[in-house]
Amino acid sequence: MTFFEIVRGPLAWVSFLVFFLGLVYNLYNFFKRAQKDKVLYGYFSLKHTLRSYLFWLLPFGSYSMRQRPLFTVISYVFHVGLLLTPLFFLGHIEMWKESWGISWWALPNIVSDFLTVLTIICGVVLLLRRFLVKDVKYLSTPVDYALLALVILVFLTGFLARYQMFLPYQVIAGLHILLGEVMLIFIPFTKFSHIFYFWLIRAYTASEFGAVRRSKDY
Amino acid sequence: MEGFVRKPVSDIGIDKTIERLDQQKIKRAIERVLNEEVTVRFKIFLETCMRCGMCSASCHHYLSHDRDPSYAPASKVKLTLGDLVAKKGKIEKADLKRYARIAFTECNLCRRCTQFCPFGIDIAYLISLVRRLCGVLGVAPQFIQDQVYSHMSSYNMLWFKQDEWIDTIQWIENELRYEIKNARIPLGKKDADILLLIHGLEAKYMTPLLSNMLKIMLVSGVDFTLPDTDGWDYTNKSLYMHDFETMTLVTKRHYEIASKLRVKRILITECGHAYRAALYESARLLGWKEAPIPFIHAVEFFYEILTQGKIKIAHKVKEKATLQDPCNIVRYRGLGQKLRFIVRELCEDFVEMTPNQEYNYCCSSGGGMVDAGPPWKGARIEGGKVKIEQIKETGASLVIAPCHTCHKGIEDLIEHYKVEAHVKFLADLIAEHMEIPERLRP
Ligand code: HEM
Ligand code: HEM
Ligand code: SF4
Ligand code: SF4
Repeated sequence: MTFFEIVRGPLAWVSFLVFFLGLVYNLYNFFKRAQKDKVLYGYFSLKHTLRSYLFWLLPFGSYSMRQRPLFTVISYVFHVGLLLTPLFFLGHIEMWKESWGISWWALPNIVSDFLTVLTIICGVVLLLRRFLVKDVKYLSTPVDYALLALVILVFLTGFLARYQMFLPYQVIAGLHILLGEVMLIFIPFTKFSHIFYFWLIRAYTASEFGAVRRSKDY
Repeated sequence: MEGFVRKPVSDIGIDKTIERLDQQKIKRAIERVLNEEVTVRFKIFLETCMRCGMCSASCHHYLSHDRDPSYAPASKVKLTLGDLVAKKGKIEKADLKRYARIAFTECNLCRRCTQFCPFGIDIAYLISLVRRLCGVLGVAPQFIQDQVYSHMSSYNMLWFKQDEWIDTIQWIENELRYEIKNARIPLGKKDADILLLIHGLEAKYMTPLLSNMLKIMLVSGVDFTLPDTDGWDYTNKSLYMHDFETMTLVTKRHYEIASKLRVKRILITECGHAYRAALYESARLLGWKEAPIPFIHAVEFFYEILTQGKIKIAHKVKEKATLQDPCNIVRYRGLGQKLRFIVRELCEDFVEMTPNQEYNYCCSSGGGMVDAGPPWKGARIEGGKVKIEQIKETGASLVIAPCHTCHKGIEDLIEHYKVEAHVKFLADLIAEHMEIPERLRP
């Protein structure tokens, strides 16, 4: 098997499996351990949770975001790219079709290219920010730099593969796929888990701030 | 610890206790607090923090220390629990000392940072865990410990004896008769509408404030009583040490007195932390979802008697006034609007601080920092720079602070930073400015 075949075949299986099992395990673990917590279930308020999701997902919806407009824009664009491109990039969908015969709506290539470039730029700005802004630098651990760099590299190699620049397609695409898979595997086990913990923590904080404290968490 | 530079401060409650500890004890306490008591929140908060720094500028300590990164909320977690987890629990005594200093004297548990974190990570909960860890080891500022021991033995914060209590109320009643005809302050009366609990300090050093509160009660004509036994002091300082055992003991006592006297509601004077403790923090630990008997704050009471016309403001305050929103009753219980209604009734010229209401900055004395006593006064004065700037910007000469802690904290800030202003409680202002009907005059 060539490197490309390995990452395209067995490793893809491994990464998706680890990702899903990790996710399920984490959520199971959370909901089980949450039973021991007197606050989490007892005070959960759906109304306040939805209210909080809404204001924290809308751009500039929260007071905190309004205080930090530049960061908000950058982080917002970064995340839009992170969520949309992997799921709706035509090249990705074609691979699903090839392997599984399924496909769904795709972004026009020009849009995904544009988003990719924007995501890379925003990622680099976030990385520079980690090096330059005093408090963020103080907080950062090596893992924070590494994970951010990983995200940037996944996007960069994906873009390079698409335009077949620098390296032969199989090498650069293989590299992209490998990094993408590493990222997927990391989601349940690193701070990337914020993708699902976001919803759970917000539910707690929103319920406490809304229902118990009659105040605002956004 | 890298980047953590502080002037040495000595506090025997922290330093001496740590000297006496051995590694075995520390290990057992960590085991107890961070393995047995803690829930899944601990793990997911630590894991989810992206170290993005969105919370930094929300904290008045960070802003007041010229943006020294070691005062940022997420840094305080990194320097305490983060450090403990990284060292797998094998910490030195010097580490414990740093944890205690950060948890007790550099965070007011005001939860402003939680509003700023995009995930809503509850930093104050994490800092509370550090306090709990220190607390079970007996490591806490000596002044806080003293108050907690006092609660354990006498149910009040300052070793006040039961006869002194009854005596105090009786002489206040006597004095009030010069102003209110046949003033009568019932103690231990059954079936009253309201059980009034007071702040320990009001019984000892701040009797004029208590006297004003009682005057308002009498003029409003509500049916009330005070306890005739220990348990009249609502302050529950054990919250600061996260000594849940004493904390629930005190709270239970208050609700027991109320149910024995068959009152309809419990009312407390102007205080923040005790309100939060009795309403939910402590009530929860006792297994109640909400307060088992309605528990109301003076702000709610004043709002009620003003809107129902039970008291009237005779003449308004003329000087320019501003308002401190105490975290514990506004960010923690949404009393901001009622508070504003009262202040507008009272003052002709009212200016808001910015930011205000639920986004207001803590006075830098809350969460036990004022109770940490003289050794830590410097810490709260330094941390209060943001607050004093906010006050100066309003140009007000009167700061209304409906909370004992805010009141004391701002008074000290004003004195230290030499600002031309003074601080008042609502009860003092209302008592001075309300109308005393003809029939009540002696
Ligand atoms: C619903 C999904 C998601 C939500 C609600 C979310 C939310 C957040 C928030 C609130 C932050 C902190 C503030 C910021 O830097 O913007 C953050 C940071 C970050 N997120 Fe997400 N995120 C999501 C999905 C993802 C995904 C799919 C990835 C990619 C694996 C990702 C990677 C990152 C990275 C690398 C950072 C750190 C940026 C830095 O270092 O400054 N996020 N996310
Ligand atoms: C297991 C996983 C993955 C596989 C097999 C894969 C495969 C590929 C391939 C083959 C390309 C080049 C398409 C072409 O030839 O035109 C590509 C492009 C790309 N991939 Fe992936 N990828 C994976 C995961 C990811 C992940 C997790 C992300 C981002 C979070 C990502 C983001 C991108 C981007 C941004 C491009 C370039 C799109 C453009 O320039 O329009 N990929 N991917
Ligand atoms: S003082 Fe308030 S804002 Fe600062 S860390 Fe503590 S809870 Fe957060
Ligand atoms: S805002 Fe939240 S996620 Fe960001 S550093 Fe602060 S606590 Fe961590």
